Amino acid sequence: MIPEIGLFALIIAFGIAIVQGVVPLVGAARNDATMISLARPAAWAQLLFVSIAYAALTHAFVVHDFSVLYVSRHSNLVQPLMYRISGVWGSHEGSMLLWALILSIWTTAVAIYSRGLPAALMARVLAVMGLISVGFYAFMLWTSNPFERIFPAPADGNALNPLLQDPGLAFHPPMLYMGYVGFSVAFAFAVAALLGGKLDATWARWSRPWTTVAWSFLTFGIALGSWWAYNELGWGGWWFWDPVENASFMPWLVGTALIHSLASTEKRGVFKSWTVLLAILAFSMSLLGTFIVRSGVLVSVHAFATDPSRGVFILIFLCIVIGSSLALYAWRSGSVVSTGRFTWFSRETALLLNNVILLTATTAVFVGTMYPLVVDALGIGKISVGRPYFDTMFALVSMPLILLLGIGPAMRWKSDNSQRIIKSLAIIFAASLSVGIMLPFVIDGVFNIATGLGLAGALWIAITTLQSLYHRIKTSSRLPLSFLGMILAHLGMAMFVAGVTMVMTYHQEKDVRLEPGATYELSGYEFKFIGVKNVDGPNYTAQEGHLEVRDQGEKIADLYPQKRAYSGMGSPMPMTEASVDTNMVRDLYAAMGEQLGDTAWSLRLYYKPMISWIWLGCLFMTVGGVLAVSDRRYRQKRS
Amino acid sequence: MSMNKRSKRKLLVIMVVMGVALATVLGLTAFEENMMYFYSPTEVNNGTAPDTRTIRVGGLVVEGTVERATESLLVKFDLTDGAEVVKLEYSGILPDLFREGQGIVAMGKLNDKRVFVANEVLAKHDENYMPPEVADALEAAEQEK
Repeated sequence: MIPEIGLFALIIAFGIAIVQGVVPLVGAARNDATMISLARPAAWAQLLFVSIAYAALTHAFVVHDFSVLYVSRHSNLVQPLMYRISGVWGSHEGSMLLWALILSIWTTAVAIYSRGLPAALMARVLAVMGLISVGFYAFMLWTSNPFERIFPAPADGNALNPLLQDPGLAFHPPMLYMGYVGFSVAFAFAVAALLGGKLDATWARWSRPWTTVAWSFLTFGIALGSWWAYNELGWGGWWFWDPVENASFMPWLVGTALIHSLASTEKRGVFKSWTVLLAILAFSMSLLGTFIVRSGVLVSVHAFATDPSRGVFILIFLCIVIGSSLALYAWRSGSVVSTGRFTWFSRETALLLNNVILLTATTAVFVGTMYPLVVDALGIGKISVGRPYFDTMFALVSMPLILLLGIGPAMRWKSDNSQRIIKSLAIIFAASLSVGIMLPFVIDGVFNIATGLGLAGALWIAITTLQSLYHRIKTSSRLPLSFLGMILAHLGMAMFVAGVTMVMTYHQEKDVRLEPGATYELSGYEFKFIGVKNVDGPNYTAQEGHLEVRDQGEKIADLYPQKRAYSGMGSPMPMTEASVDTNMVRDLYAAMGEQLGDTAWSLRLYYKPMISWIWLGCLFMTVGGVLAVSDRRYRQKRS
Repeated sequence: MSMNKRSKRKLLVIMVVMGVALATVLGLTAFEENMMYFYSPTEVNNGTAPDTRTIRVGGLVVEGTVERATESLLVKFDLTDGAEVVKLEYSGILPDLFREGQGIVAMGKLNDKRVFVANEVLAKHDENYMPPEVADALEAAEQEK
């Protein structure tokens, strides 16, 4: 009965979304106050019903209602409660429901916090978001009904993919979706502004905090996914240029460009139509990401069996959304005039270059991700693009970006004096370059220019960022949170660059065969394999290895990697659970391979210097974003 | 002065365009170098697959052919698309879901004995799941018969 209530609620939410998407738009065009005022209650009602649907599906998971096909496929009687709740978004149908729920939450948040908006603009924003919801509800109802029944109901279900049974992953999709879907707000503002023909700096001021929040969630979500892959997949890597990772990285890159471009538009009234285009592009990338992940066109760890009608549906939806918004843009953006004037040497120029570089990076990822799909779809052949392509491209674009990151924040708006900038930054530049180039030599006695440049870049960003903080404290009595947010995010970038450079140069990875009692030395650390014993978990059995790690004879860590077999309906599903000893300087990492002969095992042993800086850097960026939106000026404007 | 400013702006635009053009050229070169084609065992054996480039080969692991060395991490097995068989060697730890009869995709090069030396073996993390390339390769081999 409850699953039927859920389905019914979903249908009602679909109906409300149609009303929310159409009536306020017509109202805004006709200047009809009654129709306009419908937008807000519709947003609330939609949230109510999609929440009921979501709760119904969660209920089915919690009480083991295996008559629901989706539950029977992704849960079983021994699955712990936490993974029954997170199992809701563990696969296709449920994650679409989560997407719709999150979109509705964002819509309602806009309805609550944007009371100061002109009524017609508000109506248009909510209507555009309503129309996006319509697409997702239709998608669920026609191709991916999460409440579909199965008769007779099986006595027990299959299991949730063991990969997903990890706390890190449990929260990865919701965070990612908060980011993806959050860009719909900037998108809706952009489209609403285009429809209304009023594209002024206020538009940028309204959408800026929303975009920053979405960006923070996305940053956090991607970092969580990367951290999870590192701990869970047992390959010791933190980024694989897997198409699904790229699908989340493209909106991030465009989103990053967008928050910088929004800053210029809000503060200086420049790049107005460019910013609008970026807002459309950022959300388009989010939708494209969904298409890539959910259509089953991919070869990837994330790709699960899917049916082609879904791909076609999403593709059509994608074309409608992107096509119509771009058409609207082409039609209306001509009337937008940027008011601010600036010279070639100014912060505006720096931010423009930031955008050029970030979009170049996006294009590189886009080509590497989409080209194989297009070639395959056209039946020309099956290709894939190797990791070195992406690595090369990013090494390439990151150099000018890093250089710019040091200069841009030091520059004044409108016009600056190049002599002044050179004078204030020359010493930092020379110092970070020489120290950076020397560092590899200090670390292991070998000069390495690429590594040296990477470390120099990290130092350059860190020192220039701290200098602008110092300068601000010295010259101004106020230290706005938005400024602190920027400082923190840029410092995060420095940490990220340092971490990536260190890991890429000095990591050690070794697959070894060890007998119990044998040792293997990796990067000065002695790994001693003690042995293997059996361990039982709630829904799995595991063989747990034990390794002692010694540094100069002194024991510094015990590692307990596991090889798990999760129970399910069919044969047990194997899963590697790595064991990691982390500190700020390095990670020591062990994962089980397989048993070789009677007692020996193959093991993966990794030494990863400063890898935690990568995620710590992302965390800094996330917190930076949160600080920036907590700034007083947004709170005053919004309430 | 204004002339000077204008030419500076022009210079900036030219630099940006050149930078993007450079990135495009380098990008396309890197792209070309790192593009990997997928081949089925049939295509490997009939000579369609190049033996100088890194390629990807996919198929089913033939039952009873997996041989593990006891003193090293070397693994040998046969890969088939139903019509032809390719011998494959890999030194390292295989993915969790690697097993006989399973569809896998391997990345590597052919050596002069036409043995495929893999440096990466991928098996999907869902036992009912078949990599799409492998499914297509099996189907193509089926139609050839």
